[in-house]
Amino acid sequence: MTDQISLQQRRIERVEMRGIVKRFPGVLANDHIDFEVRAGEIHALLGENGAGKTTLMNILYGLYRPDQGQIAINGQVVAIHSPANAIRLGIGMIHQHFMLVPTLSVVENVALGLPSSRGFLLDLDVVTERIRHLSQTYGLKVDPAAMVWQLAVGEQQRVEILKALYRGADLLILDEPTAVLTPQEVEELFTTLRRMAREGHALIFISHKLHEVLSISDRVTVLRDGRVVKTLPTAEATREDLARLMVGREVLLRVERPPVKLGDPVLRLEDLWADSDKGVPALRGVSLQVRSGEILGIAGVSGNGQRELAEVIAGLRPPTQGRIIIAGVDTTGWSPERLLKHGLAYIPEERMRDGVIRDFSVEENLILKNHTDRPYASGIFMNFGKIAEYADNLIANFDIRTPSRDTPLKNLSGGNIQKMVLARELSREPRVLIAAQPTRGVDISATEYIHRQLVAQRAKGTATLLISEDLDEILNLSDRIAVMYEGQIVGIVDQHEATVEQLGLMMAGAHRT
Amino acid sequence: MIARLFSLNTIVGIITAGIRLATPYLYATIGETLGQRSGLVNLGVDGIMLMGAYAAFFVTFKTGSLALGLLAAIVVGGLMGLVMAFFSVTLKAEQGITGIGVYLFGLGMSNLLFQKTLGTVETVSGFPAIHIPLLSDIPVLGPIFFRHNLLVYGAFALVPISWFILNKTTLGLKIRAVGDNPEAADSLGVSVTGVRYLTETVGGMLEGIAGASLSIALLNVFQENLTNGMGFIAVALVYFGGWRAVGALAGAILFSTVNALQLWLQVIGILIPPDFAIMMPYVLTIVVLAFTAQRVRAPAALSKPFERGEG
Repeated sequence: MTDQISLQQRRIERVEMRGIVKRFPGVLANDHIDFEVRAGEIHALLGENGAGKTTLMNILYGLYRPDQGQIAINGQVVAIHSPANAIRLGIGMIHQHFMLVPTLSVVENVALGLPSSRGFLLDLDVVTERIRHLSQTYGLKVDPAAMVWQLAVGEQQRVEILKALYRGADLLILDEPTAVLTPQEVEELFTTLRRMAREGHALIFISHKLHEVLSISDRVTVLRDGRVVKTLPTAEATREDLARLMVGREVLLRVERPPVKLGDPVLRLEDLWADSDKGVPALRGVSLQVRSGEILGIAGVSGNGQRELAEVIAGLRPPTQGRIIIAGVDTTGWSPERLLKHGLAYIPEERMRDGVIRDFSVEENLILKNHTDRPYASGIFMNFGKIAEYADNLIANFDIRTPSRDTPLKNLSGGNIQKMVLARELSREPRVLIAAQPTRGVDISATEYIHRQLVAQRAKGTATLLISEDLDEILNLSDRIAVMYEGQIVGIVDQHEATVEQLGLMMAGAHRT
Repeated sequence: MIARLFSLNTIVGIITAGIRLATPYLYATIGETLGQRSGLVNLGVDGIMLMGAYAAFFVTFKTGSLALGLLAAIVVGGLMGLVMAFFSVTLKAEQGITGIGVYLFGLGMSNLLFQKTLGTVETVSGFPAIHIPLLSDIPVLGPIFFRHNLLVYGAFALVPISWFILNKTTLGLKIRAVGDNPEAADSLGVSVTGVRYLTETVGGMLEGIAGASLSIALLNVFQENLTNGMGFIAVALVYFGGWRAVGALAGAILFSTVNALQLWLQVIGILIPPDFAIMMPYVLTIVVLAFTAQRVRAPAALSKPFERGEG
């Protein structure tokens, strides 16, 4: 029913946003943005975190009202006051955080908020039939009766797309849709998106990943600091061009790793075993060593024991068997505090949960690990002058973009929060650094910065264990690469001998031959 | 003595009383369940019940009309639900504290009105028992199930009705969605505010009826603190029942049957100190809650105010 209306009467041919301005307290999020998307095209919206991509799209979807500017569909100016409004106009949005109700079934999620053909009563059987039909048309495999909480992330995303299509969306906005997907799922998603474009849908693809933008889009609009830098056909763009437009300067996509003289092994693990939260063995006999001045990369598909490995070394999870030796001292079973005094630094994977206190200021977060040490404290009294000096120093040295040291940490962007964690950990001149997913969810210039800092720390003789699911990052930074699979190290290769294919096979459990 | 306890008459008597006593718990628990499924905790149930009980009793006492009395309880309960919704939805106040405020208001105000308008404990003739033809003549089952008054039947009818609304209607889908992921519901054009105002107001009406069922159907009196904490038990029964109508039914019946049992124990003089006997249903509630607490997940957005565009 909705299908016919959208097909015959108000098929979107062209959507224009003209001179859009949106201010938030202290920030000009969108500064006179002009943007256009046409039916049948995939238009990428590229920009760093905080460039204003999501704000612009939230305006198009009616979640925010613009302070200035107008939106026109097929040349006709429209007012979009709410998501319901946008949906009626044929605009759908797939949010970065899925807007699904986990306790409801797929069909209930799709039917939510729609009038039923039976009035007050639900018509889930009718909805199920239409979902089946849409699934076939667009190749979106999903079981309508399944409960959403049981679905894998990729499937949940398909439910989101189905929800939008079911509501007759001609224009689909996808906010960083690949961030949570495995490479295979990304391929499936791209196939679906291309099929939708062929069927005459208009698609807006928000991303900061250059290779994805290059492979999926027809045109790219690059945003920086709330302004449009350029709109260009993707065919005329290169990776380097886009990176430069996005960041505003030349970007080193690869970090130089000068040769370093390796020292003694500083971190040694001997036959380490540990249980996961569920009480089953997650580490099953891990042995490795990292030398001073070396970065050892741990590659692997998520959930193969990497998280537990980091936590065991950091003293946050008790090993069930085996030994940890740091700088010649057996530190097995030590408390985190004793470990950090012994020269261990830890950049946790879940930085918002394990690495920082959201509501504390930048300064308080920076001093967390040495707030009891001289000169920052004497006895039970804190020396706020010294602490402020120390914080200002780190903020300047580590390029943490914050209005002040008193700003609550939660107001900073992901990249800057990670720089804060890095500053706190590296400023203590650690002997051993555990860096777990150090650039996950961090934008391209902060990533570049963090990579350079890790390499600089290597030159100072720190032994680094780099745990990452990003193979590019592992290959880029590591001296040696260990691959984890089902709680074991299946092999360790030198960086210059490693290939993506070989690592991929090892990550799937094939032993090195 | 033990033999007397296990006689057929005694058992029938206890179960019949259990069914009767379940009535206020059912109304209140289902009313609270509606609100909680949409994400609102209302700890003011007991206060709303007291105001409902007073309004029903006063209007019935003055006009002699049970229908008007019941209507008064519904209106007063609905208004208090509306106030609760205004605080927790519009003003986004901390719901636990607001609820305690509403409770204390209801406790104090109903007593003040009682002192000023009645002064002493009066009685009314409440809803009469309706013997359902034929069914009420069945031995054992007849007296247990089919010789109650209108409000008792209404409470039990409410179980399938509320189940149907929650699970089979578009409104029910919206309520469940708003309670579990209001952002998602909002993004699909569902009015989170509207749904929550509705559930809290209807919940308040049901809690008003719960009060009325005491003052004009079961006890037929009003006095200070008539409910004696029943509203809080109702909140516990929502958790006990796993946010389901059928669970509320099981909880209400179990609780009130144990309550009826302890009354009988005292009447026939079994040697348990009365304080312990009175404790029984409450202890049972705590024990059962402790064992069932982890079984069902609460609505994810329970007690969290909704704010668009956060996070």
